[in-house]
Amino acid sequence: MMPASATARPFTTKKEFYAQFKKKSIAYELWLRFLKNKTAVIGLVIFGSIVVVAIIAPWITDYKNVVIKMNIAERLQPPGSNHWLGTDELGRDILARIIYGARVSLVIGISAIAVSLLIGLVLGGAAGYYGGRIDSIIMRAMDVFLSLPDVLLALAIIAAFGNTKVNLTIAIGLAFSPKFSRVVRSAVMGVRDNEYIEAARSIGALDWRIIARHVLPNCIGPIIVQVTLYVANAILTIAALSFIGLGIQPPTPEWGNMLASGRTFMRDFPHIVMAPGLAIFFTILALNLLGDGLRDTLDPRLKH
Amino acid sequence: MGRYIIRRLFALIPVILVLTFIVFTILHLTPGDATTIILGSDYTPELGAKLKVQLGLDRSLPVQYFHYLANLMHGDFGMSYVTRAPVLDQLGVRLPNTAWIVVSAMVLCVSLGIPIGIRAATKPNSVFSQFAMVFGLMGVSMPIFWLGLLLILFFSVRLGWLPSSGLDQGLKSLILPSITLGFNYMANIMRTTRSSMMESIRQDFIRTARAKGVSEHDVIYDHALGNALMPTITIIGMNVGTLLGGVVLTETVFSIPGMGRLLVEAINQRDTPCVLGTLVVMAICVAVSNLIVDLIYAYMDPRIRAQFGAKVRKA
Repeated sequence: MMPASATARPFTTKKEFYAQFKKKSIAYELWLRFLKNKTAVIGLVIFGSIVVVAIIAPWITDYKNVVIKMNIAERLQPPGSNHWLGTDELGRDILARIIYGARVSLVIGISAIAVSLLIGLVLGGAAGYYGGRIDSIIMRAMDVFLSLPDVLLALAIIAAFGNTKVNLTIAIGLAFSPKFSRVVRSAVMGVRDNEYIEAARSIGALDWRIIARHVLPNCIGPIIVQVTLYVANAILTIAALSFIGLGIQPPTPEWGNMLASGRTFMRDFPHIVMAPGLAIFFTILALNLLGDGLRDTLDPRLKH
Repeated sequence: MGRYIIRRLFALIPVILVLTFIVFTILHLTPGDATTIILGSDYTPELGAKLKVQLGLDRSLPVQYFHYLANLMHGDFGMSYVTRAPVLDQLGVRLPNTAWIVVSAMVLCVSLGIPIGIRAATKPNSVFSQFAMVFGLMGVSMPIFWLGLLLILFFSVRLGWLPSSGLDQGLKSLILPSITLGFNYMANIMRTTRSSMMESIRQDFIRTARAKGVSEHDVIYDHALGNALMPTITIIGMNVGTLLGGVVLTETVFSIPGMGRLLVEAINQRDTPCVLGTLVVMAICVAVSNLIVDLIYAYMDPRIRAQFGAKVRKA
C-alpha cells in the first residue's frame, strides 16, 4: 500500500524518505489482516455494540422505574410503538430489561473468565514450563475436574455456597479453569524450548521472570482466542443456570431468567421468549465469529 | 486389548475418589443443618441431635467421607433427606429417561453431523456447503434451552404434531428433546468433520489414490474418511460431558423426570445425599463414555491397534 504510492512522486523530505523503510508495528499489521476477515469484523461490530449499549444503559432507560417496577395495566403487550419489544408478564418493558440484562451477563461472563484465566496462567504456566512431575501432578488434578461437565461443576459450587453474583462468577471461573490450564500449558510447551528462553536463563533470569516476561507474551495468541470463545461459553452458562432457577434471581433482569419466567406465557404471547433468546444468540454468535476470526489472524496455519 | 481396558478401568478409581472427595467437601461446607431439612416442622433440638447421631453427621468430615465411600462401594448412595427413600432407587427411576434422551440425541447427531460434514467438505463451493457452514455457526451459538422453547412453540403449539412435555408417548416424545439436546453437538461434529475432511483431501496419499485410478467414492469414503474421522471421534468424546450438562436444561424445558431435574430439585431442597449421588453417577457416565471413545479411537487408528497385535485392516 504505502510503498507503491510513495514511489509515485519524489520524496520531499528526509523524514518521508526514511519512513518507507520503517517497519509497521506488528499490532498494526495484525489489525489489517483482521480487517480483511469480514465475518470477524461483523462479530466485532455486533459485540462492540452490545458492550456500548450495556455501558450507556443508565442513560437509555431508568432501572428503578422501568426495568424492575411492575406495571400490571400494561402486562403482556405485543411489540408496538410504546414498547418496541413488548412487555412481559409483569408489564415491564422487555427492551429495557434486555439492555440491563446485557450488563449482568457481560460483567459476570468477563470476570468469570478473568478468574479462570488467572488460575489457568498460574497452573498451566507452571505445568508447561517445568514439565516432569509438576506437570503430571497438576494435569492429573485437572483431568479429574474435566471429568465433570462445567455446568455440573458450577452447579456443585452453587449448591454449596448459594447463588450470589460473586459466587456465580467464582463458580463459572473455577469450572472453566481446567480447560484454560490445558490451553496455557500447551502454548507454553510450544515456546519453552526456544533459544531466547535459554538465553534468558543463561544470563541468570529467575524462573518467574522468564515465565512472565518471555514465555507468556509469546503464547498470547492462542490464549486470546480461547478467552473470546470462553466468554461466550460463560455467558451461555450464566443464562443456563438462571434458566433452571439457580443463577441470577428475579427481579434482576438476566436473559436466562427472562426466558424462564416468560415460558409460562409463551403459548399465547410468543414475543416474550423471542427477545431474550435472540439477545443470547447474537451475543454468542458475535463472540464465536470474533474468536474464529482472531484465530485465523493470529495463527494463519490453523485456518479452518 | 483386554488388558488395556482393565488398565483404563483401574485408572477410573482415583478419578472417582478425588471427585467424590471434592464434591463431598464442597457440599459439607454448605451452611445450615441437614436435620432441620429432614425433620421440617417436626424439628426440636433433641430430635435433631438424635438424628444427627443416627446419620453419623456428628462425626468429623474425614470419618463421614470414609463412611460414604465404604457405603458407595456396596452400591449404597445413602438416604435422601427429603423423600427419606434410598437415593439409588431415585436414580434408578430417573436414569433410564436421561439415557433415552442422551442416546437418541447422540445417534441423531452422529448420523446427521458426519454425512453433512463430508458432503460439505467434498463440495466446498456448493450452495449446500455454504448452507452447512451457516447452519454450523448457528448451531454452536444457539442456546439449547431457547431452541427447545422455539421447537415447542412451532411443533407443539402451532402445528400440534409433537408433545411438548414428558416422555409418555414413546418415540414421538423423544424427537423434540433429542433435537434440542443434540443441536450444538451436531453442529460441532459437522464442523469438525468438514475441516478435518478438507485437510485430509489435500494430502498426498489422496492424490496417489486418485492417480492409481481408485474410484472417487472409494477415495472419499475409504482413504480420506479413515484419516479424517479421528478428530471427529475426539470431539464426540470430549462433548459427552457437555451433553450431560445439556440434559439438565433439556429436561427442564420439556419437564422430563430425569437425572438433570433430580439434580436441580435436590439442589433447591438442599438434599445433599441426592446431589452427591447424582453427580457421582454423572461423573461415572462421563468417564465410561470417555473410555469407550478411547477404545473406538484405538480400534480405528492402526498405529495404536498394532500395539495390541490386532489384525490391521487392509486399505
